[in-house]
Amino acid sequence: MDSQILLLLGQDGVTNGAIYALLALALVLVFSATRIIFIPQGEFVAYGALTLAGLQAGQVPGTLWLLLALGAGVAVLDGVRLVGDRRFTALPRLVLLRVGLPLLLAALLRAAPAAQWPQALQVLLTMAIVVPLGPLLYRLAYQPLAGASVLVLLIVSVALHLALVGLGLLFFGAEGSRTPPFTEASLTVAGAPLQGQAILVVVASALLMAALYLFFERSIHGKALRATTMNRTGARLMGIRPASSGQLSLTLAAAIGAASGVLIAPLTTIYYDTGFMIGLKGFVGAIVGGLGSYPVAALGAVLVGLLEAYSSFHASAYKEVIVFTLIIPVLLWRSLTSRTVEEEEE
Amino acid sequence: MRRRLPLAAFVVLLGLGPLVLPEYHVTLLNYAGLSAIVALGLVLLTGVGGLTSFGQAAFVGLGAYTTAWLTTRHGVSPWLTLPIGLLLTAAVALAIGLITLRMGGHYLPLATIAWGISFYFLFGNAEQLGGHTGISNIPALSLLGWELRSGRALYYLVWLVVLLAVAGLGNLLDSREGRALRALRGGAVMAESCGVDTPRAKAIAFLLAALLASTSGWLYAHLQRFVNPSPFSLNQGIEYLFMAVVGGAGHAWGAVLGAGLVTLLKAWLQDLLPRLLGQSGSFETIVFGVAMVVILQLARGGLWPLLLAPGPERARRRGLAPAGLLPRRPASVPGTVLLEASGVTKRFGGLLANDGMSLTVRAGEVLALIGPNGAGKSTLFDCLSAVSPPTSGTIRFRGEPTAAMAARQLARRGMGRTFQHVRLLGRMSVLENVAIGAHARGRRGVVAAALRLDRAEERLLLAEAAHQLERVGLSAHLFDDAGSLSLGQQRLVEIARALASDPWLLLLDEPAAGLRHQEKQALAALLRRLRAEGMGILLVEHDVEFVMELADRVVVMDFGAAIAEGRPDVVQRDPRVLEAYLGGAVGA
Repeated sequence: MDSQILLLLGQDGVTNGAIYALLALALVLVFSATRIIFIPQGEFVAYGALTLAGLQAGQVPGTLWLLLALGAGVAVLDGVRLVGDRRFTALPRLVLLRVGLPLLLAALLRAAPAAQWPQALQVLLTMAIVVPLGPLLYRLAYQPLAGASVLVLLIVSVALHLALVGLGLLFFGAEGSRTPPFTEASLTVAGAPLQGQAILVVVASALLMAALYLFFERSIHGKALRATTMNRTGARLMGIRPASSGQLSLTLAAAIGAASGVLIAPLTTIYYDTGFMIGLKGFVGAIVGGLGSYPVAALGAVLVGLLEAYSSFHASAYKEVIVFTLIIPVLLWRSLTSRTVEEEEE
Repeated sequence: MRRRLPLAAFVVLLGLGPLVLPEYHVTLLNYAGLSAIVALGLVLLTGVGGLTSFGQAAFVGLGAYTTAWLTTRHGVSPWLTLPIGLLLTAAVALAIGLITLRMGGHYLPLATIAWGISFYFLFGNAEQLGGHTGISNIPALSLLGWELRSGRALYYLVWLVVLLAVAGLGNLLDSREGRALRALRGGAVMAESCGVDTPRAKAIAFLLAALLASTSGWLYAHLQRFVNPSPFSLNQGIEYLFMAVVGGAGHAWGAVLGAGLVTLLKAWLQDLLPRLLGQSGSFETIVFGVAMVVILQLARGGLWPLLLAPGPERARRRGLAPAGLLPRRPASVPGTVLLEASGVTKRFGGLLANDGMSLTVRAGEVLALIGPNGAGKSTLFDCLSAVSPPTSGTIRFRGEPTAAMAARQLARRGMGRTFQHVRLLGRMSVLENVAIGAHARGRRGVVAAALRLDRAEERLLLAEAAHQLERVGLSAHLFDDAGSLSLGQQRLVEIARALASDPWLLLLDEPAAGLRHQEKQALAALLRRLRAEGMGILLVEHDVEFVMELADRVVVMDFGAAIAEGRPDVVQRDPRVLEAYLGGAVGA
C-alpha cells in the first residue's frame, strides 16, 4: 500500500469517524440523561439522507406521513389528558401543532415539489421533518416507561429500531440513494485528491460539537440536561422534569442523526437499513468511552472510522466483523477494572 | 391434580396434531417449537436473570452450521454433531459472558448485538461454509434405523425437546442454583452476601440460554436439511426476544405461547402485508416492533400471566419432608478475635464517610455500634462485609486480610449480615428467601437440579431454612411471599437468612427497627443464645435500651470516627457521646 492509498483511506476513515463521533456523542447524551440505549440513532441518519433524496426527487417523503401519524398519536394522548383536566383552550394549539403543521407541509410539497428549491432550503425542510420524530417517539414509546429498568428501555429501543427499519423500507424502497454534493471543490494534498465534501463533513461535525458544547455550557436548557445526566433524582428535585429532559435529549439525538445523514448522503449510497450499521459504529465509539465520557467516545469513534477504512482495504469482506470485534478488548479491559457488584434495578 | 389437567390436554393435542393437520400447519408448528426452545432460554436469561441477549439467533446458527458442515463435509453422525455444537456454543457464550458479565447489565445485550452481526458477516463470507448460498444436502436424522425425513416425523422430536426444556427449567428454578438465578434480578448484592457467585450465576443463565438456542439450531438444520446465514441474523435474534416478551418472559409456558403466536402471526403478516402495501419486503417487523413497545407499556409481564387467573403459580404450600441436619462449622472458642478492623477510611468523592475506624469483634460477644444518623455506621458495615471496599485501612476476618475478597468469599468464610434497607425477594416465599442464606452450604449444581437429582440436599437446605425461621419466630409464615410481611418481620427474615449460612460472625444492621416490644424481647433472647453458642455479633442499632441490655461493649461513632468505646454503662455517661446525641450543648 503506497502513501497515496494510505492518505485516501485515512481521509475516508476520518470522514466516517467524524460522523461516528457525532453519533457517539448523541448516544452518550441520551444514555446519561435518560438511561435509554438509543439503538434507533442510526435510523435517523438513514431517514435524514433519504428524506433529502426524496425531496430532491420531487416526492413527498414518507417520513412526513410518519411525522403526521406520530403527531396524531401524541395529540390523542395529550388531548385526552387536556380534556380530563378540562383545559379545553389548549386543545386547538395541540392539534394545530401536531397534526396541522405536518398536513400543511404535505400540502405545500404537493403543490410545489421541493426538487427545484435551493439546496439549503431542502436541507432545512429535511431537518424540520426528521428532527421532531425524536421527541415524538420519546413521548409515545419511552415516556410511559420512563421509570423502567435499563433493560426494558433497551428492549423498547430495539423494537423501535425494528419498526423504523421496516418503515424505512416502506417509505423509501429497497433502492439506495445518493444526493448531489454540497461542494464540488477538491484539492490535492501530497498527491492525493481531497474531496471538498469530505472536508465539509469534518468541519461541520466539529462545528456541531462546538455548538453542543456551547449549548451545555451556556443555555439554561443545556445546563438542566447536564444536571440530569449528573444526578437524575437531584435534578428532578430542582424542578427539572424528566420528561422534558428526555424529549430534549431525543430532539438533539434526532438532529445529530439527521444532520449526519444529510452530510454523508453525497459520499456514500444510503439504503433504508444503512443507518443501523452507521449507528452501531458510533456505539462502538461510545462504548470505548464507557457510555459516559464525551471526548473518549468521540476519539473512539474516529478510531473506529480509521480501523474500518484500513480493514476495508485489506479484508473488505470482514470489515464489519473486524470493527465489531474492536469492542472485545475494550469491554475486557473495562470488565477487568470493575470490581463492585452492581445492583440491577427492578 | 386439577393443575395437571390443562397440561395433559395440551400434550394430547400436540400429539394428535400431525395426524390431522395439513402439511403447512405441521411446518408452522415445527417452527413454533424450534423458536420456543430458544425463547425458553430467554425466559431464564431475561425473565429470571434480568439480563438479555439479542444474539440468540447466532447461537442457533452456530448449532445449525456445526452440524451442517460436519455432516456434509466430513460425514460425521448427526448424533455426534449435537454435543460438538453444544461445546462450541458453550465456548463462545462463556467468552462473551466472561467479557461482559462483570459489568452493568446492558453490556451483555450490546455485546450480543455485535456478536449477532459478526456471526452473520463471518458465515456469509466464509467460503468453506458456502458463503451466502449456504450448505445444502444435510442428511436427515435417523433413530434406530428409522429416518426422520418428513416434517411430520421430526415434529415429535422437536416438541419432545420443548417439553423437556420446560420441565427442566421448572425444576431448575425450584432449586438451590435456581434461587441464586432468581436473585439476580434486584437481589445481586444480597445474594453475594449469602455466598452466591453472581457473575457465575449470570454466566450460567447465559450459557443455558445459548445451549438451548444451539440445540434448536441442530434440529433446524436437520429439519430444513439446508442452512444459509439469513435465518440467523440479528433481526431473528430480536424476534426471539419478542416471543419471550409477548408470551411472558417470567414463565416457561409464556415462551411457548409467545413462540406459537409470533410464528403464526409472522406467517400471516408475511402473506398479508406485501399484498396490502403493494410491495415486497418483510414489513412484519413494523408490526412486531410496535407490538413489542405496546406490550411492554401495557402488560410488561407478557400475555401468559393475563391468561392465568391471578394467584400463586406453584403449589407452594408443600410439606417439608423430614430431613437430617446440614453439617455445621465448629463453634469458635469464646474470646478468639473474629474481626479486626484498623484505620478503615472510606471516601465518596469529597465526603469522608469513615475516618480511620478501628474495632475488634470476638467470638461470644456482642459489640454494638451506635451513633447519630449519618455517622457512617452502615458504610462501615459495607466495608467490613466487602460489599464496598474501604478506601484505605485493613480488615482481617479470622486473621485473613479481606482486601482482595468479594462479599461472597467473606460470606463463605463465615460472615453473615443483614441490611439496613431490607433486601428480600418480595415475590419469593419466606422459606426460599432464607434458603438463599444456606446457598454456600449446598453443592448440587444446575444439571442435578434440572434432573431432580438434588432432592436430598434440597430437603436439608429447606429444613435448615425452616429451622432458622422457627428460631426467629416466623414458623407461621414459611410459605408467604416475603413482600407481604411487615417491615419488622422482614428484618427477622433477614436475620434467619444470615443464620442459615451458619456464620461465625453476625453483622446486624438495625435488627430491632420496626419490631414491637415483645418481638424485641424475643430477638434479644435469641441473640443472647447465639452469643452463648460462641457467635460473635456486631450490631448497629438505634434503640438504646435494646443495645444497653444486650451489648458487652459499645463503640460510638460520629462524623465517621469513633468517639467513645467501652462498657455500655460507661459509654452512656461519656460527655462526648451525650454531645453527639443531644447536640452541641457544651459551648452553650
